[in-house]
Amino acid sequence: MPATDGPAPLPRRLQWHIAEIADIIVETPRVKSLVLTLPDWSGHMAGQHVDVRLTAEDGYQAQRSYSIASAPEASQVALTVERIEEGEVSPYLTQDVRVGDRFEIRGPIGGYFVWTAAMDGPLFLIAGGSGIVPLMAMLRHRAAANGKTPATLLYSSRTYDDIIYRAELEGLAAQDKSLKVTHTLTRKQPSGWKGFARRIDREMLQDTGFPPDARPRIFICGPTPFVETAAGILFDFGHGRHLIKTERFGPTGG
Amino acid sequence: MSDSPVTRGFRGRKPAAQSDRIPPGQHLTHDFPVLSAGPTPVTSLAEWSFALEDDDGRLLAEWSWEAFNALPQTDIKTDIHCVTTWSKLDTHWRGVSFDTLLQAAGLPEAPGDYVMAECDGDYTTNVPVDDLIGGKAMIATHYEGEPLPSEHGGPARLLVPHLYFWKSAKWVRSLRFMQTDQPGFWEELGYHMYGDPWREQRYAGD
Amino acid sequence: MNTPPETPTGPLDGNAAGGILGDLFAIEITAATLICEGCGAFAQVGAASVYGGRMGVILRCRDCGKAMLRMARTRAGLRLDMRGARSLVVDIAHA
Repeated sequence: MPATDGPAPLPRRLQWHIAEIADIIVETPRVKSLVLTLPDWSGHMAGQHVDVRLTAEDGYQAQRSYSIASAPEASQVALTVERIEEGEVSPYLTQDVRVGDRFEIRGPIGGYFVWTAAMDGPLFLIAGGSGIVPLMAMLRHRAAANGKTPATLLYSSRTYDDIIYRAELEGLAAQDKSLKVTHTLTRKQPSGWKGFARRIDREMLQDTGFPPDARPRIFICGPTPFVETAAGILFDFGHGRHLIKTERFGPTGG
Repeated sequence: MSDSPVTRGFRGRKPAAQSDRIPPGQHLTHDFPVLSAGPTPVTSLAEWSFALEDDDGRLLAEWSWEAFNALPQTDIKTDIHCVTTWSKLDTHWRGVSFDTLLQAAGLPEAPGDYVMAECDGDYTTNVPVDDLIGGKAMIATHYEGEPLPSEHGGPARLLVPHLYFWKSAKWVRSLRFMQTDQPGFWEELGYHMYGDPWREQRYAGD
Repeated sequence: MNTPPETPTGPLDGNAAGGILGDLFAIEITAATLICEGCGAFAQVGAASVYGGRMGVILRCRDCGKAMLRMARTRAGLRLDMRGARSLVVDIAHA
């Protein structure tokens, strides 16, 4: 920037906004998406997340982070929440909420784990369980932007019924030959299943991914052990550390 | 925060059943959550040592793993309370009590009113000597009959169960006696210098 | 992302700390770069290792483990300790 210009204005500080639930979508037996009306939303990039804050009548507050599932191009912000049995917030967000309910949201947060269609290079996405959420935002953005550089998603779920966005992923891959979606089911497979049936490992990553000299941008999201395993293997393969971006949930959500 | 609108139907965690064993603001857990300020250190038992030091860092006593475990052992059953609001009842620990350490070191009394626990990694925490003596604290090496797992502080951690559990420093390697109270790792960031769960002393000024 | 109820044994990534750091920093901090006081390594905040769970944020250098940034928000207020970082570099165009 030329020295004669004034300093660039800093973006507005993160503030709490009120979100209202406009729609609730059942994704799997344990997972729901909440489509929100957010009047002051400044927009976001695929991969970012928000903080959600709930306040009980006695003033008690609980706060959790959730990845934004919707593409930046979508007219409404959507979050996808997995119900964690002993959780404090996710049971409320997946079982008790109704259309019209409101809660506080702050964001978007996270300038680091983001992908835009303007970024060059193939895209390699690796998801474990609900780690698919921010990566789905990336794929939805890629579709909206008509991205054609090769993209691969390797998605690990426990069972077929646990695959979040299953039909939509099928649809995206069917209409776009530059997108490849590969599933692995680690706990139980339906009869006739021809896909992978084990936890991700070197062979699987080698088979499904891009070679290091293709310099793919790699995003890995899911439980910590899953992310660490995948990142370690890809780093061993020779992918540059700065090209491997990770987002770890920890062993459970809340 | 008081300006936040109420979220319809949200009740937060179920409050603990009325109990004189669960301090205010705590809830009962049957898990044993792990919280760390840094990565789990790796120290071989051959390298491990435990020391008592004076204010200037001078060695008062030191034990190798073998020598430490040859000291008289103490078993306790106790409740533990974490500042993040979980409490766990009837936990079993074995280790060497602070009283035994003073005795084994040939110290008729502690050479200072406070102690700074220093640990592998960069963790520290401060505790008054009065809260360590008289059976109130130990260096624990076993939890529920098994060697203390590394994620929970093994091979040895300080155990001061009547204070919030961040005072039960994991991976402890020495206790340094001090004349005045100094803040340790979390205390420097605003956590209470003493940390009594029954007076809900979570943060400075509580 | 789902916030874990308690921190797991391993670290989270720095972007997990973006919200609480947002309580203090006026700009999106996860894209900023920290220079480690211990070993001089550069790290994007989002790529650092986060410890501390519900007690606070401890951001550590992936290379040498030094705590570059520590922050806790308590009833006593908000305290930030950055003795472990030589500097924090913000690219305003992308903040």
